Amino acid sequence: MTEEAAVRIKDMLEKDEILSSGHRMCAGCAAPTIVKLMGMALRGPTVVCEATGCLEVATTIYPYTAWKIPWIHVAFENASAVASGVVEAYKVMHQKGRFEHEHVDVIAIGGDGGTFDIGFGSLSGMLERGHDVVYMVYDNGAYQNTGIQRSGATLPGQETTTSWAGKVSPGKEQRKKPIAEIVAAHKIPYVATVSPYHRRDFIQKFRKALEVEGPAFIHAISPCPRGWRSETGKSMELAKLAVETGIHPLYEVFDGEEYKMSGPSKRIKELTPIEDYMKPQGQFRHLFKDPQWEGFREQIQTWIKEDWELLKKKCGVE
Amino acid sequence: MPEKVMFTMGDIACAEGALAAGCKYFGGYPITPATEIAEWMSQKMPQYGGAYVQYEDEIASITSVIGASWTGTKSMTATSGPGVSLMLEAIGLAVMTETPLVLVNIMRGGPSTGQPTRGQQGDIMQAKWGSHGDYQIIALTPASVQEMFDQTVQAFNLSEKYRTPVFVLADETVGHMREKLVIPDEKDLKLVSRKQPTVDPSEYLPFKADEDDLVPPMALLGSKYQFYATGLTHDERGYPSDKEHIQIKLVTRLQDKILKNADDIIDLEKFMLDDADIAVIAYGTPSRSAKKAIKDARAEGIKAGLLRLKTVWPFPEDIVADLGTEVKHIIVPEQNLGQVYHMVRSAAAPTPIHLMAKPAGMPQLPHEILAKIREIDSI
Repeated sequence: MTEEAAVRIKDMLEKDEILSSGHRMCAGCAAPTIVKLMGMALRGPTVVCEATGCLEVATTIYPYTAWKIPWIHVAFENASAVASGVVEAYKVMHQKGRFEHEHVDVIAIGGDGGTFDIGFGSLSGMLERGHDVVYMVYDNGAYQNTGIQRSGATLPGQETTTSWAGKVSPGKEQRKKPIAEIVAAHKIPYVATVSPYHRRDFIQKFRKALEVEGPAFIHAISPCPRGWRSETGKSMELAKLAVETGIHPLYEVFDGEEYKMSGPSKRIKELTPIEDYMKPQGQFRHLFKDPQWEGFREQIQTWIKEDWELLKKKCGVE
Repeated sequence: MPEKVMFTMGDIACAEGALAAGCKYFGGYPITPATEIAEWMSQKMPQYGGAYVQYEDEIASITSVIGASWTGTKSMTATSGPGVSLMLEAIGLAVMTETPLVLVNIMRGGPSTGQPTRGQQGDIMQAKWGSHGDYQIIALTPASVQEMFDQTVQAFNLSEKYRTPVFVLADETVGHMREKLVIPDEKDLKLVSRKQPTVDPSEYLPFKADEDDLVPPMALLGSKYQFYATGLTHDERGYPSDKEHIQIKLVTRLQDKILKNADDIIDLEKFMLDDADIAVIAYGTPSRSAKKAIKDARAEGIKAGLLRLKTVWPFPEDIVADLGTEVKHIIVPEQNLGQVYHMVRSAAAPTPIHLMAKPAGMPQLPHEILAKIREIDSI
């Protein structure tokens, strides 16, 4: 396990890609970028266990696969459990001298539906048992694969095909599940939030996640032009705005206790208003078109600000 | 509401059928190819004074439906094979607690993730045998957009009448096909609601069945009657028991309330069967191909007919057995490797049964079934 992480552009170009071109992810989808950035952090033999989701479906359209490293598709709710099995079996094989590699990194990937909702029990079990797995969620804010249904990661005010906006409803009315906080509460060695716009921060954090002993968790924001009704060329801009508005702040949590704000979030003097993040997205259009939802929009802004202040406090940032 | 005509897909016809039947609670979770039902319900339910709630997985969806049903609300969920696999434990719970609910399975290719966007009929045996222990189930198999509506209404009626979970088992082709749908005037719809207890609350036994239909009247959660239900084997009071005779009595009654009322439950269509030498037994999308094949065979002078199953569980054993004595051959085209085929074989033996198995998305085409009819006719 000696391979360096590729952080500089020059090194990134030289590092072997783990996902080939020609996959069928939608134009402008951030998920393949996220996977490629993950690949820049790898340190040696790696296995990926992936839950059902957009990334799984669209990178493996019959009869092809875009994956260049060992990859197993599991059911929707159990990527963490399968990864736990893989890790423990490797351990035994290694002890018995029946396995050539000194170490194999095991990564589990799920979308927000597979992580916040249906796979949550399995994830929590893996964290509690302490398997040496890196779990990464690419969070595009809804069940985009089945046609944009709300999930536990859907933001308040977001319109989906099961949280309609109209005269009586402003879209999803509930708050987003604070997944990184919940995972950190398991007191695992490492939790980090990342944005594909901040590639250096992303790769360094993913490498840390691989290096710690025991479970690590990476929460990546993943803009989705199809579901968000945004321009395909705006995904990286939205990934940046998610950080600047405090909707997806970047930070790390060590052992569930020590919070550390990451550079891009630390440098924010004042949060960018959420309007700047919402307006380029058709899924929030009703919040600006219908004056009756102005109060709800203000409520969302208040929630974001409150979360931001609390996070700053935890991180010891003024 | 007066009669309404729509041009729509099977999934939406199913949702409309549920609304017409008086469904007021939908616990959902997205899954291809059933998601349109949830989407439609999430939009319509509030307009009908009902609730749509999306859960974190299928286990939560169906168990929420069990809870909702106990309040006296007609309740349902809709999913596909992988979702049903997760719901199996709860189906047993609903059977044991005699909870009326409707479970729609828009069947896709399996096992596992299989082919989410391609239809199949691979979940027929799962519906019957999926949960552990001995039990009977009701499963309806619509073959058109209109039947998606009609049989969803029927599913609610049967679930209320017999206090049992009822499956609507439609293959993906039926779920996603678009056809004309006539929604009848609501006063022309025959709707059934569960029996309520009439005895004095001090005498109410929640699991004491009426002798005629073997179904106990069902008190509502929060009414004046004491409510008690458990997945454990229970006596007429609903209290758990480890006694052998209680277990035998309960499991036998749960079976009998379906099997002894089978004539009332079973629905089927007989097409050109009267003088037939060769019968095709089919359901869902392949039955549409079969009908065309039979018309073509008749034009050629071959005496073929169709028995179209609109109910697969309870299986119309007596009807199939009689048919076995009337025809020389039976053909069973199914979009699986043979499931209803085994039921036909055990009912109609020793009449030769010919399986046309196709575990894939494209159903048996009319000319393929016609070729099989010709081949058998020439024997």
